[in-house]
Amino acid sequence: MNAAAARHTAHLRRVLLLGAGLLVLGAALMLLGLGIGSTGFESLFAARHDPVALQIVWDIRLPRTLGAWLAGALLGLAGAVAQGLFRNPLADPYLLGSASGASLGVAVALLMFGGSAASMQWVMRLGLTGAAFLGAVLAVMLTLMLARGVQQTLRLLLAGVIVGVVLGAAKDLITIASADILQAIQGFILGSTGLVGWSACAVMAMVGAACLLAGWALAPVLDGLALGEATARSLGLPLGAMRAALVVVLALATGAAVAQTGLIAFVGLAAPHLVRSAVKTTHARLIVLSALMGGLLLMAADLLARWLIAPQELPVGVLTAVLGGSYLLWLMHRRSARSGVA
Amino acid sequence: MSMKEIRNPLAAIGLVLMALAAHALDVVDERGVSVSLPQPPQRIVTLLPSLTESVCALGACNRLVGVDRYSNSPEQVKALPQLGGGIDPNVEAIVALKPDAVLLAKSSRVTQRLEALGMKVLVLEPKSHADVRRVLDKLDQVLGTHEAAKVWRVIDASVSAAAQSVPAGAKGMRVYFEVNSAPYAAGESSFIGETLSRLGMKNIVPASLGPFPKLNPEYVVRANPDLIMVSVRSAQGLEQRPGWAGIRAVREGRICRFSAEQSDVLVRPGPRMDEAARLMAQCIVEKGGKR
Repeated sequence: MNAAAARHTAHLRRVLLLGAGLLVLGAALMLLGLGIGSTGFESLFAARHDPVALQIVWDIRLPRTLGAWLAGALLGLAGAVAQGLFRNPLADPYLLGSASGASLGVAVALLMFGGSAASMQWVMRLGLTGAAFLGAVLAVMLTLMLARGVQQTLRLLLAGVIVGVVLGAAKDLITIASADILQAIQGFILGSTGLVGWSACAVMAMVGAACLLAGWALAPVLDGLALGEATARSLGLPLGAMRAALVVVLALATGAAVAQTGLIAFVGLAAPHLVRSAVKTTHARLIVLSALMGGLLLMAADLLARWLIAPQELPVGVLTAVLGGSYLLWLMHRRSARSGVA
Repeated sequence: MSMKEIRNPLAAIGLVLMALAAHALDVVDERGVSVSLPQPPQRIVTLLPSLTESVCALGACNRLVGVDRYSNSPEQVKALPQLGGGIDPNVEAIVALKPDAVLLAKSSRVTQRLEALGMKVLVLEPKSHADVRRVLDKLDQVLGTHEAAKVWRVIDASVSAAAQSVPAGAKGMRVYFEVNSAPYAAGESSFIGETLSRLGMKNIVPASLGPFPKLNPEYVVRANPDLIMVSVRSAQGLEQRPGWAGIRAVREGRICRFSAEQSDVLVRPGPRMDEAARLMAQCIVEKGGKR
């Protein structure tokens, strides 16, 4: 009994340590982010007397650094929820078609609003987020329908791929029909935090807070599911309703991130993996830690994207795809090497 | 003006009036948004090659402080800071240059963001001959230069001269202008199509298909053009496309391959459209001479 309590305390300390570490690292990177851009740290020092330098630091670098963190946190959260919900460590929020659904939603919204509406910034942002959210929800539901539920992993992933391809094609059709939005869509697919301002940060922060709370509250069902469908049912929770609510959380988080920053791959997949490799814990904690980890990952990638070829910059989505893809390959290689030995 | 003259009350009023006239300048851009400029801009950023060229044609090249990645003409703009492309504009680098006006295309993603940051943004996007003239006039007004009328006269006269250089025997040739190997074509209603029409050519892609339709390659085979204009970038293996060997232009070797620099001139709706017309006329004279 005493030993169990001690183990529990040690575990809790580990979780708290990881959380605090991620937060501290995040804050440090955020500060570093203020100094990285087309010019370097000199803007930071000049900000006190030069209004343009102040504007660059305060209105451009700060919101985009924070925006990268928020978008990464949303994706990390969505990844943790998806992997728990579908009992599948490969269930990236993107692999279930939600990303292509979100981009289709954005394409439709752009088609209706016009390539770049000048006025009504807020309405436009909320509208885009809403469209991306709707697209993501519909895509995930379509995937689940095709897969007839979440039991068969292979079927689920296959359905996700199919839905992704079909919705992607629909988006291409819209883009071809209206050449004016071609560039906006292309930029969207590349994924970049370059255009994130304070209003985008506000939208993502609100959605992020809501999703985090909902995810935390719904996490027990994920713990139950991890032990099998029957165990989950024996907990006496309204399984169906809670599952549906988790799908909504997943789609809302993905949709909000995708609408503001475009398609950014692998963060949602990698963040929960990294957390799990550091500490085994309940889903409620996993969700929070994954959000912190995702934020850190994307913010770090964004800093790299700004710094590598400064004063120019890389689209961060391309960078995460390269880095995340390499990580995934390494993970697979390690796994297969291990099973080869065993 | 000496101090003595300023003491004269009439001259003082005159000065104030001049100052007022030089100040308030409201320009309605292509979104229909009215942009007010306190004075003709002196630090300009352009994010579209044809706008860069237009500003320079009006003699205001020295007021440019930054351009997009694809602006490469005239020569002197190559020395300016590059601020990304239409897809990945670099907001921070633009703001850091402290421009008093940013000129960009309708489709640019950065318009909203720059305006939120307090930049003066003018959306101008020439797509046709008439647009080139309209944009020149508008820029003339914005920049306070008085060059547009003259610049346009020279361009127009040069296009007419190019048209006259086309031999009577070559008029009415049926032309296929390929923009890229997808294949996208330049139709009759496109900027390029307008130039071809002025040169007396007949476009195989009617205006009803839109300015830059994506064609089925079969369409080109069926239309059987007399002359093909294409960029070297996409000309690779053109003769080997299925069925294309039978096209009259391919059979008789009437294919003009334009270099990358020449293609830039041809596809940009800007003040170098006279040069574009000359390039096309030259092609017609060389390849379409004996029929």
